[in-house]
Amino acid sequence: MISKKDVEHIASLSRIHLQGPEVEEISKNLESILGYVNKLQSLDVSKVEPTTHVLPLKNVYREDQIKPSLPQDKALSMAVEKSHGAFAVPKVIE
Amino acid sequence: MNLNELTAHEIADLLKQKKTTAKEVYTDTLRHIEKNDGRVKAFVNFSPKTIDPSNDLTALPIPMAIKDNMCIEGEEVTCCSKILKGFKPAYNATVIEKLKKNNAIFIGHTNMDEFAMGSSTENSCYGPSHNPWNLDCVPGGSSGGSTAAVASNEAIWALGSDTGGSIRQPAAFCGIVGLKPTYGLVSRYGLIAFASSLDQIGPLTKDVTDCALLLNIIAGYDPMDSTSANLPKVDYTQALKNDVKGLKIGVPKEYFIEGLDKEVKEAVTQSIKVLEKAGAHFEEVSLPHTEYGVATYYIVATAEASSNLARYDGVQYGLRKMPGQTRKTPLVDMYEETRDLGFGKEVKRRIMLGTYSLSSGYYDAYYLKGLKARHLIKQDFDKVFEKYDAIITPTAPTTAFKIGEKSNDPLAMYLSDIYTISANLAGIPAISIPCGFSKNKMPIGLQLMAKPFAEDMLLRIAYTYEQNTSWHKEKVKL
Repeated sequence: MISKKDVEHIASLSRIHLQGPEVEEISKNLESILGYVNKLQSLDVSKVEPTTHVLPLKNVYREDQIKPSLPQDKALSMAVEKSHGAFAVPKVIE
Repeated sequence: MNLNELTAHEIADLLKQKKTTAKEVYTDTLRHIEKNDGRVKAFVNFSPKTIDPSNDLTALPIPMAIKDNMCIEGEEVTCCSKILKGFKPAYNATVIEKLKKNNAIFIGHTNMDEFAMGSSTENSCYGPSHNPWNLDCVPGGSSGGSTAAVASNEAIWALGSDTGGSIRQPAAFCGIVGLKPTYGLVSRYGLIAFASSLDQIGPLTKDVTDCALLLNIIAGYDPMDSTSANLPKVDYTQALKNDVKGLKIGVPKEYFIEGLDKEVKEAVTQSIKVLEKAGAHFEEVSLPHTEYGVATYYIVATAEASSNLARYDGVQYGLRKMPGQTRKTPLVDMYEETRDLGFGKEVKRRIMLGTYSLSSGYYDAYYLKGLKARHLIKQDFDKVFEKYDAIITPTAPTTAFKIGEKSNDPLAMYLSDIYTISANLAGIPAISIPCGFSKNKMPIGLQLMAKPFAEDMLLRIAYTYEQNTSWHKEKVKL
């Protein structure tokens, strides 16, 4: 069972301010989806390694060289609010 | 005949013979879009281009559509989400760079399910696209705008992206060719991420020859994508041979089960006969963990999505909503209200499902279990490909469904991807090609899968099938 409190907790972890009827609707949806996903619980995976990537990938290293990159003004061009060449956000520290 | 009804290779031939110009092709295409896109709604934005006539003989100046999740410098790209409205990227995706070198003409971006999360293109902040074969039906998804554009001749060819079937299922629903390449074959740099270990960009075309041509352009190693495979360049047009003699193709019994539409099953059975006549051998095989595919996918994909979509927080770009009053702190309130306003229902659902399976207390039971199930699914394919050159299945269990039919039942929608999801989990290449029509004249898709980097095998079988049938010549009448 997923309670309303669980849904609000997951919403908070997801940084989504769920409101009104959406809380109940999403809790119903999650319940039905998790009910389906739970079929995995019947699978014996005690001797199986987890697969995060399907290719035999290795970490990719590169030389520590300075190369052209996105200039600051371009990187900031889509910012909602900017100040002194940086992204500006609501006040964090009083 | 209007030029926009041709394939890219037919246009390339006419250009070479100086029987047409890129400008004429582009003009025909735009005229056609103006007449029809009000009903199909394939495109979400247009970006008019001036055509340089000196390109006509040098490369492939083909008017094409790009799914709304690939970055073109200075052109709005939104993933069909309110949270990215107005976003104009400062750089090109690698696939766009490669296409530009071939003088591709980008008509505009096409509709999709928000952040590629969906199977019908109904989860778009712009509203749904319509299937050109029957405007009351969905085009499939999530690359439904791109497939509808190609099927309705509003683009000569297009790019889509495929995380759990988002190229192949809409290609099947719209009666065109769609290829999901092996994970790592096509660079993901500049593709707005949904689930990074599953996402691949791929071609959507009117026939198999065009598929090989477009794959030739977009495939290849890219240092900007750390998961890009560094392998020698292949010319995929070399695989276009009408010859499947002696090939061994597996028919997985787990794919021919309850829920598979009779007409789809019959079309696939007939397709097998066509290829058998051409010299291929078919045997029943087993992929025993097939039934866990959808469940595994919705754990792995949503977990990755919950992390990837954390970047939409109202700080660097996109939407920002300032909170009315302080609940937590002004900054956290801004994040939470921006995301609540900017994301649609399905995206919120998936972010929350992913957050849940990664959260303390549930990680082992869900996420870790999902990764282990993924291992078993991949192993199933490895075993079959030890003995077989390819696997043949339906692309989707039904033909295109009606708009609105499944939009209130997320689980029913997820199950429409039941045959396509495993290829993403296993990282293998898979193609959907037209293989018939239902009584209602809705297209049916045939799926072929092969081992990693065996795109040439898929193209060879698909090409042989195409040469021995005429489904790909059936045209939409709008």
